[in-house]
Amino acid sequence: MPILCSSCEKKRAVLKRPKTGHSLCKECFFWAFEEEVHQTIISARLFNPGETVGIGASGGKDSTVLAHVLKVLNERYNYGLKLLLLSVDEGITGYRDDSLETVKRNEQQYALPLTIVSYEELYGWTMDAIVKQVGLKNNCTFCGVFRRQALDRGAMMLNVDKICTGHNADDVAETVLMNVLRGDIARLRRCTAISTASEGEGVVPRCKPLKYAYEKEIVLYAYFNKLDYFSTECVYSPNAYRGHARTFLKDLESVRPSAIMDVIHSGENLSVREGVRMPVQGTCSRCGYISSQALCKACVLLEGLNRGLPRLGIGKHHRLHGKILAKEPLTQEEERKLKAVDF
Amino acid sequence: MCQVDEEYSDQLEKRTAPTVFQKCVKCKDGTAVLIIRAGDAFCRCCFKEYFIHKFRAMLGKNRLIFPGEKVLLAISGGPASSSMLSQVQEGLSQDAPKKLRFIPGIIYIDEGGVCGMSLEERDRSIAQLESIFRATGYPFHIVRLEQVFDLPTSVLGAVPPAPQRPESGYKAAVDQFIQNDRARASCSPGEGGGERDGERDPAVWDAQVRLSRLETRDAPDGTPPPVVRHGEDLERLFSSVRTLTAKEDMLQTLRHHLLVHTARTQGYTKGFSDPRHGDVVIVRPMRDYSSKEIAFYNKMFGVPSVFVPGLDTKASDKASIQLLTESFVTKLQADFPSTVSTIYRTSEKLRAARPSQNAGSETSAKCLLCVCAVDTKAEEASAFHATLVSERLSQKRVPGGALPGTSARDDAAGQCCSSSGGEGGGGCGAGGGGCCSPTRTPTTTDLKSLLCYSCRLTVKDMTAVDFLPRYIVSEAERRSRRSRMKQEISEFLLDEEEDEETC
Repeated sequence: MPILCSSCEKKRAVLKRPKTGHSLCKECFFWAFEEEVHQTIISARLFNPGETVGIGASGGKDSTVLAHVLKVLNERYNYGLKLLLLSVDEGITGYRDDSLETVKRNEQQYALPLTIVSYEELYGWTMDAIVKQVGLKNNCTFCGVFRRQALDRGAMMLNVDKICTGHNADDVAETVLMNVLRGDIARLRRCTAISTASEGEGVVPRCKPLKYAYEKEIVLYAYFNKLDYFSTECVYSPNAYRGHARTFLKDLESVRPSAIMDVIHSGENLSVREGVRMPVQGTCSRCGYISSQALCKACVLLEGLNRGLPRLGIGKHHRLHGKILAKEPLTQEEERKLKAVDF
Repeated sequence: MCQVDEEYSDQLEKRTAPTVFQKCVKCKDGTAVLIIRAGDAFCRCCFKEYFIHKFRAMLGKNRLIFPGEKVLLAISGGPASSSMLSQVQEGLSQDAPKKLRFIPGIIYIDEGGVCGMSLEERDRSIAQLESIFRATGYPFHIVRLEQVFDLPTSVLGAVPPAPQRPESGYKAAVDQFIQNDRARASCSPGEGGGERDGERDPAVWDAQVRLSRLETRDAPDGTPPPVVRHGEDLERLFSSVRTLTAKEDMLQTLRHHLLVHTARTQGYTKGFSDPRHGDVVIVRPMRDYSSKEIAFYNKMFGVPSVFVPGLDTKASDKASIQLLTESFVTKLQADFPSTVSTIYRTSEKLRAARPSQNAGSETSAKCLLCVCAVDTKAEEASAFHATLVSERLSQKRVPGGALPGTSARDDAAGQCCSSSGGEGGGGCGAGGGGCCSPTRTPTTTDLKSLLCYSCRLTVKDMTAVDFLPRYIVSEAERRSRRSRMKQEISEFLLDEEEDEETC
């Protein structure tokens, strides 16, 4: 006997919601998924009418679904937003070049203008060139730091008011777990926030409208909507330690499906005890970007690449910031340590 | 997923292979017999010293336990609590430097009823433990988990703590204690807590004395363990809980209630720092130790422990969230030796967020089961509300907006019968008292509105709430009545923030 949709009680259910366990028909699932994102946007007051919103588009499932849902909701509820796609080309052959093709198709399918900023034009380095110098270890540090700044720079070029990213509930819960495992109190405090306040010059506020959407439901949504997306792992080493946290989270989800939301709930309800020292947010004295040090991470990493000392930005070398700013050469001993690349 | 700054692979030390024939890192003399943490090889002597010092330092530094206080030691028979018992003995012994100065008692809760142990098996475990307890010479209490069915509702309310002692008061208290101790050198050492009782609110003390009707066994003689009276009730309750995760959480909650109750009725002020119950503070002195350290210590110095099967015995790694988490941390610890200490240090820096100010008068409410501040009055943009929205959107839309299963989203105080019995007195007038009839069994929805986020998850995993012990059900009814009453008169109340749930 076919199972009836628990929402309309008329049509045949085609899926069981990973988030709630309810059986739904296709239409009711679309409706529920979109309404939930709408509720998130409304309750957290993510946007104001008339704003230009840049969607960080990678071509993957999350950002493809995000672009699709935002377009649907913008029309359904008259948000009055000007939506556009913003992509970063890290310069990874066999990965990003393919996924960017998907984004270009999305541009046509959703009729949203697309802008691509590349590491090469912004920093003079592609990820391929960086990996050639630093090897497969730690290259994600370069990519992550550069991407964050690249999105901001692209957003400012386009006069975008807000950037939204496709981070989903699984990503947020995983980050909570990671920050506990790493003891990163400052990030633990920030990571469950749905949007970043304007942190100063050069930083565009960001938000995660899919923060409460389960990854599995995003895939279901894309599947039943026949959305065109790109799914391949990055060719440069996936992160092993994060993989442990991800596996653990998936196991938790299989024992109790609400576990993902439960972890986010915990993250949202934590606060730091008084008297715990926190890093002070300042600005980079070279490029003006937010930084808790004299130089921002991107500038240090770039300096390291340009000096041929890739380890300069890996680990803590705050002592050297003064020398970098003063454009002084490093001692031979210092250089020797930073050159070493261990595989 | 953005991977900014994930260069920890450098900072997380990888395991190094241990070398044989090492010298002790502390005395540089003795031959190392064990390695705790990466690279720290200790000889037998230094390990013992290190272990004992850690226990004493933990209690000394935190100044949690005042001299002369009665402290109830919760012993499960397992390695950690058995080790704690031996540390207390060590610390109280005459020749100990920096002697501990509190009055210990022991409690063992027999939980065999939840995992199908026969009465004979349970009494055998008890007999083993009794011989260990008797050897300490401390008073001990053997309690059956089934006795939760006899608990009074007062166990769910926090009793205000004794007047706060200032930090400087600790030293003064120690000096005072030593003086008193000398003064009554010849008197009986029985009433060490006398000085403390004097400053306590007499009303509270009275209330506690009145509670002391529980059958516990505190005389170290040969009387048999208390009779099991509610065996079937306990079985029914646990079979109504569907998942092992929720079973473990339920057990933990009931265990805490029993501990706190016993501590109150027997005049203990420190159970083991968890101040949620107000007058009885729960101290966990073993949390600085790794389970490995404890296992080594117990083995090397012959600390006796008793294996008692529990709910999770023989269950697979993935049977519950508790087991899953344990195996995750253990496996990670094997590859990254700093895992446990990092998690521990992170937790030390955190506390639960203060409820936001705009959330209304319910902010000070305490969870019916775990007695923590209720955290479900979060703002609209929260994981909690997002889940409720998802549930609502996945179910049939009832005309008029009233949706099944989501009334928890509405203001807790606003729930009369509308969620279960329909509008007006029609559905529930039979009890005579309209919707406020005290005989009405609370529904899952009613109960949930009185719980914190995490206890709701436990109740959600139950097929029915009818089998909960009476003290929980009565207290739930009382609180629901109070909040309905308050709702009715709300427009005449001037002070919204007035807290009534803790009374």
